[in-house]
Amino acid sequence: MAPNLSLFGRTKQLELQIDSFFDKVSEAAVVFRLGVRVYLKEGYTEEFVTRLDRVVELESEADVLRRDIEKHLYSNTLIPDSRGDVLGLIETMDQLLSEFEDTLWAFSIEKPTIPEELGSGYRKLTNMVIKSVDELALSGRAFFRSPHDVPAYNHKVILYEKEADKISLNLKTAIFDSSLDLSFKIQLREFADRIDGIADLAEDVADRLAIYAIKRLT
Amino acid sequence: MLDPLVLIFLTSGLFLGWALGANDAGNVFGTAVGTKMVSWRTAAIICSIFVVLGAIVSGAGTSQTLGKLGAISALPGAFMTALSAAFAVYAMTKFGLPVSTSQAIVGAIIGWNFFSNNPTDISTLTKVLSTWIICPLLSGVIAIILYQTIKFSAQRVHIHMIRADAYQRVALIVAGALGAYSLGANNIANVVGVFIPAQPLPPVQIGGLLLSSTQQLFVLGGLSIALGVFTYSKRVMMTLGSDLGRLSATSALIAVISHSIVLFMFASVGLEAWLAGLGLPTIPLVPVSSSQAVVGAIVGISILQGAAAIRWLVLAKIIFGWVITPVAACVLCFIGLFFLQNVFGMVVI
Repeated sequence: MAPNLSLFGRTKQLELQIDSFFDKVSEAAVVFRLGVRVYLKEGYTEEFVTRLDRVVELESEADVLRRDIEKHLYSNTLIPDSRGDVLGLIETMDQLLSEFEDTLWAFSIEKPTIPEELGSGYRKLTNMVIKSVDELALSGRAFFRSPHDVPAYNHKVILYEKEADKISLNLKTAIFDSSLDLSFKIQLREFADRIDGIADLAEDVADRLAIYAIKRLT
Repeated sequence: MLDPLVLIFLTSGLFLGWALGANDAGNVFGTAVGTKMVSWRTAAIICSIFVVLGAIVSGAGTSQTLGKLGAISALPGAFMTALSAAFAVYAMTKFGLPVSTSQAIVGAIIGWNFFSNNPTDISTLTKVLSTWIICPLLSGVIAIILYQTIKFSAQRVHIHMIRADAYQRVALIVAGALGAYSLGANNIANVVGVFIPAQPLPPVQIGGLLLSSTQQLFVLGGLSIALGVFTYSKRVMMTLGSDLGRLSATSALIAVISHSIVLFMFASVGLEAWLAGLGLPTIPLVPVSSSQAVVGAIVGISILQGAAAIRWLVLAKIIFGWVITPVAACVLCFIGLFFLQNVFGMVVI
């Protein structure tokens, strides 16, 4: 019975690693939101640096998990039918973490001055983007356990992405309607695009997930 | 003392066994190995053990049916019957037509009956012919039931994909073992069934165990199937795995389980006795084609996914194979027996 036990042992470990990977994505989304909020409220502070450090940490932990999952799947020839899809999913999810990290780094390096009247726009945008990522994480988890539920979660990802686009558009209009220097306007627009881009990426991953789920269900 | 000529005569049956092991093991473990869910080595070891076990433990039922169809009492006659079946299988494979060892051997026995003016038992023949139709149909029905059951359960029980994969591996090994056992039990009659009435081997005492001629034939036949599995099945398994590539792993597993259940049903003396005990109609113990059982199951699953999924041309080719195989074996056997009797002066009747 030893081979069977080891087979189920490996299975359990891999299940935990995949769950843990999605935990990292969800946690990074929360920390990212807190980081942006603190920056908008207090600027570049100790607390912001703590949030940035945590996102960097989560990103590298997720990288280690991704490599482990990939190694496990290939060296043990697991899920031959869906292996490519799972790798695609994990890799694109990992890009989301990189986007969180890069955006916070951009705040840290450029230290943009965000006028108070534009702050609520960034806050709303960040909240909406994080909602889409949260739904995506749920969709990703559902892909492994109940692929029938994936479309429902994906629907929300797309809905929140559309909302994020609207908020981003309004924010950018407000930026260019303001009396700021053009160089500031361009910098602030870039930050709005950067944050909104995370929801766009979430939507791309959701589109992929929809196909993967259909493949699993047929 | 064992006559060396007996061993030469047995070679045609053992060759048939080897071909059976090489080809039909693919039906049992092809998908699992082709999709790399189970390694070929593991599959070959499990397949060989369970084929031999099935042949020895449950092989008698189908052998008796073949005996009723034509009791070939002369060893050269049995040799030619098995040889012509083997040639029919070889020729059909060469032309790329799906072939069944069971149908080849039945056709060859009828060829022997014609040659020897021995009347073919019509009721046994009808029983055999009806199973050739019932086998793929039954396999298809079982596949449909299994598919729907698994689909229903999968929507309600949320098992992690990775865990489901592990369960699937274990299920493929269990289904493969059951399939190999059923293959041995059901198809051993094709390999050595025609030699049984001639009783060519003297009883052998091994320790406290006395092996009759029939039991020795079952062991030899089982070993020849196992040899086929080990020496030639790898390529067949790989090819079959990729041929069936468009099936999902679950559908492939269902096809193997359905095949195994049907082969077991047509070989199990115990099941026959149980049904008879309940006053229910019994399932005839007849060697059926393992390939046709798999095809029946795949067609069943395809029907559920819409008739468009069925490749009608392939199906027509398979049905053509069902008709042509026994006819070819029958003609070959008749001609072969003529030569054996009139050119080599052998007693074939």
